[in-house]
Amino acid sequence: MGTHVIKMPDIGEGIAQVELVEWFVKVGDVIAEDQVVADVMTDKATVEIPSPVSGKVLALGGQPGEVMAVGSELIRIEVEGSGNHVDTPQAKQAEPAPAAVQAAARPEPRVEPQPQVAATHAAAPIVPREAHDKPLASPAVRKRALDAGIELRYVHGSGPAGRILHEDLDAFISKPQSSAGQAPGGYGKRTDSEQVPVIGLRRKIAQRMQDAKRRVAHFSYVEEIDVTALEALRQQLNAKHGDSRGKLTLLPFLVRAMVVALRDFPQINATYDDEAQVITRHGAVHVGIATQGDNGLMVPVLRHAEAGSLWSNASEIARVAHAARNNKASREELSGSTITLTSLGALGGIVSTPVVNTPEVAIVGVNRMVERPVVIDGQIVVRKMMNLSSSFDHRVVDGMDAALFIQAVRGLLEQPACLFVE
Amino acid sequence: MQELINTTLLIIGGGPGGYVAAIRAGQLGIPTVLVEGQALGGTCLNIGCIPSKALIHVAEQFHQASRYTEPSPLGISVSSPRLDISRSVEWKDGIVDRLTSGVAALLKKHGVKVIHGWAKILDGKSVEVEGQRIQCEHLLLATGSSSVELPMLPIGGPIISSTEALAPKAMPEHLVVVGGGYIGLELGIAYRKLGAKVSVVEARERILPTYDAELTAPVADSIKKLGIALYLGHSVEGYADGCLLASDGQGGQLRLEADQVLVAVGRRPRSKGFGLESLDLKMNGAAIAIDERCQTSMRNVWAIGDVAGEPMLAHRAMAQGEMVAEIIAGKTRRFEPAAIAAVCFTDPEVVVVGKTPEQAGQQGVDCIVAQFPFAANGRAMSLESKSGFVRVVARRDNHLILGWQAVGVAVSELSSAFAQSLEMGARLEDIAGTIHAHPTLGEAVQEAALRALGHALHI
Repeated sequence: MGTHVIKMPDIGEGIAQVELVEWFVKVGDVIAEDQVVADVMTDKATVEIPSPVSGKVLALGGQPGEVMAVGSELIRIEVEGSGNHVDTPQAKQAEPAPAAVQAAARPEPRVEPQPQVAATHAAAPIVPREAHDKPLASPAVRKRALDAGIELRYVHGSGPAGRILHEDLDAFISKPQSSAGQAPGGYGKRTDSEQVPVIGLRRKIAQRMQDAKRRVAHFSYVEEIDVTALEALRQQLNAKHGDSRGKLTLLPFLVRAMVVALRDFPQINATYDDEAQVITRHGAVHVGIATQGDNGLMVPVLRHAEAGSLWSNASEIARVAHAARNNKASREELSGSTITLTSLGALGGIVSTPVVNTPEVAIVGVNRMVERPVVIDGQIVVRKMMNLSSSFDHRVVDGMDAALFIQAVRGLLEQPACLFVE
Repeated sequence: MQELINTTLLIIGGGPGGYVAAIRAGQLGIPTVLVEGQALGGTCLNIGCIPSKALIHVAEQFHQASRYTEPSPLGISVSSPRLDISRSVEWKDGIVDRLTSGVAALLKKHGVKVIHGWAKILDGKSVEVEGQRIQCEHLLLATGSSSVELPMLPIGGPIISSTEALAPKAMPEHLVVVGGGYIGLELGIAYRKLGAKVSVVEARERILPTYDAELTAPVADSIKKLGIALYLGHSVEGYADGCLLASDGQGGQLRLEADQVLVAVGRRPRSKGFGLESLDLKMNGAAIAIDERCQTSMRNVWAIGDVAGEPMLAHRAMAQGEMVAEIIAGKTRRFEPAAIAAVCFTDPEVVVVGKTPEQAGQQGVDCIVAQFPFAANGRAMSLESKSGFVRVVARRDNHLILGWQAVGVAVSELSSAFAQSLEMGARLEDIAGTIHAHPTLGEAVQEAALRALGHALHI
């Protein structure tokens, strides 16, 4: 028997620290080769760490949320043969023994009860008893329930004859959506609360949003755009080419408008390194596409939008957004944008105040498209109207330039033929 | 004017409810004062459970000895046993003294201040005991109960209550017991065994009217064998010229010459005579109405035990007292036992825990009812006890046990097992699958469960 140690791999260029997001194994588990043992996360991407060997987990090197140095011990596995790690007496002493103990002790109670609880719940739907039905439970269980402020009436009994066991009470207590104390059919007071550790992607989002709000002098600008002609064009293109080239959403048109307008506003397609006090104006337009993933906001990047056609940009947007949603986006796909586009589609509301995706200096937000009565040449006509809500870093983008940029985008979108006139 | 005493918990009554509440409160660090007008231990220790069991033991021993004056199958013979009842009472008093001084020591050990005297309630937070004002945060009423008196049979002289019956100076020639409930029968049987002629007059049509006929039949047989005369369906009219007068309600008159009449027609909550009325608490007849936490209609005024109504049992009062102390200490508690055992120390003994077949039927529960007779139990035979049985009531659908009843020699000791099985939510299979020691009466418990499952072994 030998020991195999997996160290925290270097998963991005020049990254010294990686956050441990989640363990998929616990101490004592027998794992197979290639089985994923953990998720770790860099600035941009979540990466799965597979085990190169089969064996039994001896120790875990950290707990979820912990930021670990690249090269530090991630997991220790007992393997057949000699393994890759020899505990020399010195090494044993030099190694941070408390950390190993901690790692072995801590994650276990965190991870272990969860599957059990889930299983109990899956098998046992909560069936409130009739008001006159006395819940069946031993005196010890009844006392524990009273101490915990739980009405046993609402606790499922998995024991013989529906007897409520200590395990049932444990499961009820650990269930976050506890309906304890709720009167049948009434609106019960809720005293439960759940603490969600801010780790992983959420911590990243929180840090970046806070950082952006603290550093960037946000200037938001909202303009109304008549997209009747654009919509007509889009529908015509979809009718004609939809089957062969794929359906177009509004996004590739917006991207195209930004690409064209940015030619005259290089200060907006820029990144601002406020520590070095340097603004970098980019020739390439790498458009960040704000995307809602399961765990939170991510911004995968449509690279070189200036070189793409409507359809190639459309399919690339779809691809990177899908990858981000499924946590499969690579570090490259999640970094390097020069400007960001954010759209909530039908949920877009009438106005939003997007937060600049630093170090970029501009973000364009798309609001909901609606048919509205509009006065044109003294006539009230129904037009498809949509707002653009955009934010700029006022430190480096003047209000006048920002307004002119959005007006240019508007002009292009309202006369969509201009999008394609070079 | 004495100094005002301030305390967190003031308990009126040092019976099983009050003293247990005080001990538990002491354990929980609650400053506690207990007021008792008579002796610590209340009715239970002084003039109830304990002395009656002592007297019943004396009676049984004497009865057995007397049996041996005639040819005995056990091969024992004695010439003629004599009873010195004053010595018997002395022995009984010794037990009572030991227990009551034990209670006093326990209270002292737990830092409870005991004040001897009669309490008078001034308001929900203050009580006066013979000029001494006591101010409290919580008032616990544990004043117990007293024997119900009959207007046509005022206690005095030949008319006695259970209190006097437990301290006889001499055996009466003929004792007429008014009331065929458990107190009347326990004492009536004891007096009979001690040599007195005993008659029992009961207004209803059977003895132990709170129990079903099947369960009381062995007791009725035993009473008949002992030579106790039973007058059922007779209402007492009075006592005159050494005779108890009763009528059967259909014109028939009963005239029983009796040198002593024991009135044992029940107990009434002691809720009058100490200023309780001034609190204007919600009442339930003579009993103080309480909720599931033993709280009265007034905040921080609590009531436990007999003064809070039926069932008037010491073990219920004790459990309530313990609970109230914990509530006052800030714990969440509710009085919600699965069952409270009721035991009747007649000969044979009767024990009832949980639902009877009749009660289960009234609630529309489909039940299995099975009984196992002691006639088929080896231990019972070796105790010369052939009558009686253990009966179990269980749900038909999931075999959950709902109740136990037993009648027979020494079945009172089975009550713990019965109550435990109900509290733990046992099913028939649980009891049937528990190995019960041989030879014990407990085997009948297992066999009753087996019989309910259709495969009793010894019948």
